Amino acid sequence: MNILYFLVGCSVLMALIFLAAFFWAYKTGQNDDVHTPGIRMLFDDEVVAEKSEEDHFSS
Amino acid sequence: MEDQNKTATQAVCYHCGEDLPKVKYQVGDKDFCCAGCMAVFKILSENNLCNYYVYNNNPGRQFKNESHLEYLDEPKIIDQLLDYKHESSSIITFYIPAIHCSSCIWLLEHLYKINSAIFSSRIDFLKKQVTISFNHDEISLRQLVETLNQIGYEPLISLQDVVQEHSSSVDKALVLKIAVAGFLMGNVMLFSFPEYFGLSGFEKQFQSLFGWLNLAFSIPAAFYCGRDYFTSAITSLKHRHINLDTPLALIIAVLFLRTAFEILFSTGPGFADTLTGLVFLLLMGKWLKQRTYHHISFDRDYRSYFPIAVTTLQNGKEKPVSINEIKIGDRLWIRNGELVPADAILMKGEGWMDMSFVTGESEPVHKVLGEIIYAGGRQTSEAIELEVIKPVSQSYLTGLWNNDNYKNNTEKQNFNDTVAKYFSLGVFLIAFAATGYWLFQNDSHKAWSAFTAVIIVACPCVLALSTPFTLSAILAVFDKKGFYVKNTDAVEELAKCDTLIFDKTGTLTSNENAEIVFNGSLTDEEKIIVASLLRNSTHPLSRHILKALNVDRYYSLSDYKEVVGKGLTAKINNHSIYAGHLSMLPMEVKSARESGVHIVIDHVYKGCFDIKQQWRSGLAQLILKLSKFKLQVLSGDTDKDRYMLDTIFTKNTTIRFRQSPHQKLDAVLKLQQDGNKVMMLGDGLNDAGALKQSDFGIALTDNINNFTPGCDAILKGNSLNYLPEFIQLGKDGLKIIKTSFAIAIAYNCIGIYFAVQGTLYPLVAAVLMPISTVTIISFTTLATRWFAHKNKLI
Repeated sequence: MNILYFLVGCSVLMALIFLAAFFWAYKTGQNDDVHTPGIRMLFDDEVVAEKSEEDHFSS
Repeated sequence: MEDQNKTATQAVCYHCGEDLPKVKYQVGDKDFCCAGCMAVFKILSENNLCNYYVYNNNPGRQFKNESHLEYLDEPKIIDQLLDYKHESSSIITFYIPAIHCSSCIWLLEHLYKINSAIFSSRIDFLKKQVTISFNHDEISLRQLVETLNQIGYEPLISLQDVVQEHSSSVDKALVLKIAVAGFLMGNVMLFSFPEYFGLSGFEKQFQSLFGWLNLAFSIPAAFYCGRDYFTSAITSLKHRHINLDTPLALIIAVLFLRTAFEILFSTGPGFADTLTGLVFLLLMGKWLKQRTYHHISFDRDYRSYFPIAVTTLQNGKEKPVSINEIKIGDRLWIRNGELVPADAILMKGEGWMDMSFVTGESEPVHKVLGEIIYAGGRQTSEAIELEVIKPVSQSYLTGLWNNDNYKNNTEKQNFNDTVAKYFSLGVFLIAFAATGYWLFQNDSHKAWSAFTAVIIVACPCVLALSTPFTLSAILAVFDKKGFYVKNTDAVEELAKCDTLIFDKTGTLTSNENAEIVFNGSLTDEEKIIVASLLRNSTHPLSRHILKALNVDRYYSLSDYKEVVGKGLTAKINNHSIYAGHLSMLPMEVKSARESGVHIVIDHVYKGCFDIKQQWRSGLAQLILKLSKFKLQVLSGDTDKDRYMLDTIFTKNTTIRFRQSPHQKLDAVLKLQQDGNKVMMLGDGLNDAGALKQSDFGIALTDNINNFTPGCDAILKGNSLNYLPEFIQLGKDGLKIIKTSFAIAIAYNCIGIYFAVQGTLYPLVAAVLMPISTVTIISFTTLATRWFAHKNKLI
């Protein structure tokens, strides 16, 4: 049953990783605006055709 | 473009969705209601942005008049506005009230297509903010704002930077603490499980490992997550006063110490599970309490209404100056539609001031040379020159905010803090009695465990949770009915109110449903003549009347002349026609009404168009239902509606007219000094002082996105009729909290029964706490729903 020592360590480590992930997500502002991204993802990509010069920043 | 032909067939404007006038503007097969909408459509189609119309039908807003943006060229003002500036790129965040649908997001995030100097733009929909990064070498801030104006999204740039005002409602550190507490609780529960089910022989070897792990997890729980409770307890003890945090801090400390002792000396499993669970639940309660509407601002003051800059005259030249820099003696140049930011004397021109911000009355006041114009007045006629006599912050209206006598929040004690005092006292008495008994019995071990156990079990955790849970459930009910209360503390204030003060204009009446009536008679032919004249004016009143007339053709006119803010005249088909204020007319006209748009055709007085304010529906029943409260009406307006008000209100209601903002504030103060809890309902800046001073200030608005002065709650105009139910539910909420407190006491008695005997096993504590918490939370939620149902709010 000594494997349990290892498994307990693993479980704590996993939980710590998730906690760190949440800290990172929260501090980089990913939870600041939870409404707009939901609308934004429904926009269709436009078919960019002739005026390619103007679209430097659109990609 | 192909799939939107449906909208073109409807009789509404393709851009903004307004009903089409009989004479409409057309581009291709698309109809528009005005030149403004058509212009926006042209810009969008030139830039290949017609997808704007794909996501929503008629997403646009009607085009507004141009505004003066010279101030955006001043480097000082630019620096105030920019979020970030580096080499050639700048970032700025604007508040744009017109944002209302997904098409707006689409368009504003594709600004780079209109001007390639704009790198990117990002929208926060709920806050109605757009963050734009742009190349300031290629496009100036002023050009950027002009671009936004052209497509109908005028940013609102005010003195109080609305953007910064909307900082996060919940303290960020608290969310992180909750995350940590949740992590700790989960892990500790996991390691305590074997203990709950009893350990078989070979599992015993893990007992000490789990114990040490639990202790390790308890340290951050007590000292990181629970730190605020200790600091709060220490400060309150310094002030010789006990708040709810004091017993909570004591419990956290005792739980931690006992866990540490038991594990260090291997005498037991400790109370790590109770400790982490308690901290987690407490923080959750705290979060509910802090949470507020992050997209509604409750703290606006005059600065949100004032522009950021004003034009001054220096040596005869116009120069935009930031409002904070205005000094006594400066000459201001106020154009039509602009706001006077400081008390000033009229030096040149004729003032027609819309003083609705100050007095609530929308009828323009005539000011002549040498008269004082108070800050907050809006010029509705040609440009005038003023000399400043008081700086902005000390002017008549803004002085309202510098008033010292605003409520001193320190003395406000809620139910929790009052109870906490007696509660802590009782727990200490029992704890010391139990210790004393066991010491007397010469059992020091039991004395120690009885002391700690009593303190652990008699946790006012439930007390700390029932209030936020009940009140936030009530907030959710209010929210569905269009009543947005600032936070949970405010609900307690709502329940205590016994006196209600109403403002009249905008509160008892509705600005939204103002109706145009014509006093007099016009033939159809004359209607067309009037409409042909008014069509040329951009004044809002002309537009309203034009819409009400809705004629099917127009005549051409000659000799058109407009005196801004006063009226219009022209010749149409050999008829001379005048429309406007009395003083504008070619002859003396005796009319009972001074206000309104008077019409004279061929020197014959025809009558006048008047805006009739509509009383909110159901007002009489509302007042009847509120009869157990003391009522008052304070109106900034003249007493022309006295008769109507007398029929609605009972005889002993105080109704006062011509009240200045300061008089309203004083009225609230006086009532409070007489021991009344005052609720104030108002809508404008002229009520702002009273709203702030009152115990519970409600700002009424027909559109929740409109600007409202600082207040405790924002109420939608059509929900005013629910007011008695809202107050009743607030009162019921306090009842629920008291009942849940009784339930908690019952649980505590069971726990204390074990605790005083010194036989409290951690498992009992660990089970008792979640059970009592679950009971309380479900009780408060169900009871709130029941009461809300009873009050017909859900």
